[in-house]
Amino acid sequence: MSQALLKIKNLKTSFRIKDDYYAAVDDVSLTVNKNEVLAIVGESGCGKSALAFSIMGLHNRAKIEGNILFKGKDLANASPTEWSKIRGKEMGMIFQDPLTALNPLMIIGDQIGEAIYLHNKNISKEQRKLKVIDLLEKVGIPHPERVYDQFPHELSGGMRQRVVIATAIANQPELLIADEPTTALDVTIQSQILDLMKQLKEDMDAGIIMITHDLGVVAEMADRVAVMYAGQIVEIADVYTLFENPQHPYTRSLLNSVPNNKEASSKLHVIQGIVPSLQFLPRKGCRFSARIPWIDVSAHEENPQLHEIEPGHFVRCSCYKHFHFPEEEVQ
Amino acid sequence: MWKFTVRRILIMIPQIILLSVLIFIMAKMMPGDALSGLIDPNIDPETIAEQREKLGLNDPWHIQYANWVKDLFQGDLGMSFRYKMPVTELIGQRLANTVWLSLLTLVLIYAISIPLGLISGRYNDTWLDRVITGYTYIGFATPLFIFALVMLWFFGFTLGWFPTGGSVQPGVESGTFEYVMNRIYHMLLPALSMALITTVSTVQYLRNEIIDTKQKDFILTARAKGASESRIYNRHILRNSLLPIAAFFGYEITGLIGGTVFVESIFSYPGMGQLFLESIVQRDYSVATSLTLLFGIATILGALLSDIILSLVDPRIRIK
Repeated sequence: MSQALLKIKNLKTSFRIKDDYYAAVDDVSLTVNKNEVLAIVGESGCGKSALAFSIMGLHNRAKIEGNILFKGKDLANASPTEWSKIRGKEMGMIFQDPLTALNPLMIIGDQIGEAIYLHNKNISKEQRKLKVIDLLEKVGIPHPERVYDQFPHELSGGMRQRVVIATAIANQPELLIADEPTTALDVTIQSQILDLMKQLKEDMDAGIIMITHDLGVVAEMADRVAVMYAGQIVEIADVYTLFENPQHPYTRSLLNSVPNNKEASSKLHVIQGIVPSLQFLPRKGCRFSARIPWIDVSAHEENPQLHEIEPGHFVRCSCYKHFHFPEEEVQ
Repeated sequence: MWKFTVRRILIMIPQIILLSVLIFIMAKMMPGDALSGLIDPNIDPETIAEQREKLGLNDPWHIQYANWVKDLFQGDLGMSFRYKMPVTELIGQRLANTVWLSLLTLVLIYAISIPLGLISGRYNDTWLDRVITGYTYIGFATPLFIFALVMLWFFGFTLGWFPTGGSVQPGVESGTFEYVMNRIYHMLLPALSMALITTVSTVQYLRNEIIDTKQKDFILTARAKGASESRIYNRHILRNSLLPIAAFFGYEITGLIGGTVFVESIFSYPGMGQLFLESIVQRDYSVATSLTLLFGIATILGALLSDIILSLVDPRIRIK
């Protein structure tokens, strides 16, 4: 294993609703290494973005417990000044919707230039402009000199996402967090953006956390995958193991839900129910049990833990041993 | 930019024509005309009829309208029945007074609303925000003419800090620094009364804009770049939130016109608003119609100004 860049230990991020705190991220531990892509997958509302925002310290009014060790330094409760030194410099973030992620009243050049300026105030304006144009070129924007002076509304979605990426990598961060970077883009642009990110990873030797619900993106990009459900990691493994030998009922259901173009006639698998909302998350027992009601209660653990079933492959709750799809025969 | 401005100004022409037709027809629909009531009842009705014919009062309305517009273009707004002087001369004296009062009020409105709106929006749902929103609700609920009276009574009469009427102290020589300060001193209380009430909508508006803008995605982007909170507010939120306020500017002017009508009367400030109310009470038709026309044109100009400002500050609608 290479050097750990980010090590999260028992992270718990809770939000206040009325007078109680509810954990959106519950007991999450993971590591990200240099030059590695860790994908975090799960349905909407299972805490992926909440986790990413915790790592970047972007939550305003959340209670954060546990440790976020970034290059050996604990950031879990860093002050705003400490954060603003790290954010944008050592960590960059790529957002989901490029149409809203840029300030509509600032030209592209100033928006990217701001990231450089904030962490290096000694660079002259001219040098900064050259750097920004360099960055625009790096992310594959044609006519960077012209785009420099344009406003976001003058660019297409794909171009804007490239601008967002250029902003995130402006200071060569060691950790890049991408929160569903391709969700808002159409398929042809998606693959261009993914190729770009892969190339940047190689160039910068950075660790990437890729948040997505698109298993196709995971297969293409990730080195390791963490599957999240209801604020917890339910399975974590390297990408080959996860696709070849998924264990947790949720992972298997997710993989089974991917449309299969080989059997056009077969019905699409649907996971019953929805992710419970933050206030109504089951806090005891296996959180996924409500969505696989045909599995006997006794199969779940009372207090589900992650089990290492083979080196580097962890699965939460023992119910995976007894899981089968409803249409399958019980052995 | 110039193309846009010229086109925008051209649109105003039909607006102003429509406005003048409406005002003219409404004035004609009012009972009586320039001769009734003003003339000695002992005069022979035949002479009056002859005079009517001579003055063109029996012509069809469109010919009368055409004559009125022709006079307007020559700068002739008719005679005031009450003051026995040309309306242009009468308004001319007071126009400057009202313009200065409105300008001071505008400055005060923004001087109050921008800091209050900023604080209220940035620290929303704190006690500070509650105090400010409380003030805005009181402002919304208080009629301007009552508030102005209370201000006049308290600061003018009870405390005696401000003059209670007029636009300048008699005997101060015109053109000196003292004269200017004296004018401002006289305007301060009416302007403040008007500003304190009319600013509340802008405070509320700015507050909501800021709360709205600070939840936008690009604010997260700025934070992710490492921008400090104060930089985020000054660089990213403020400008985006002030855009709609700029668009509101024209309506602010319309509101001021309504405001000056009350405030000038209450503070006996010799401006157009006071004249307007007087002319209505005294059935001084030519003055009332001229002032309505002027107020209407001011409103249209206000809207023009808003559009031009907005097109200057918002790149999305800026026309190159």
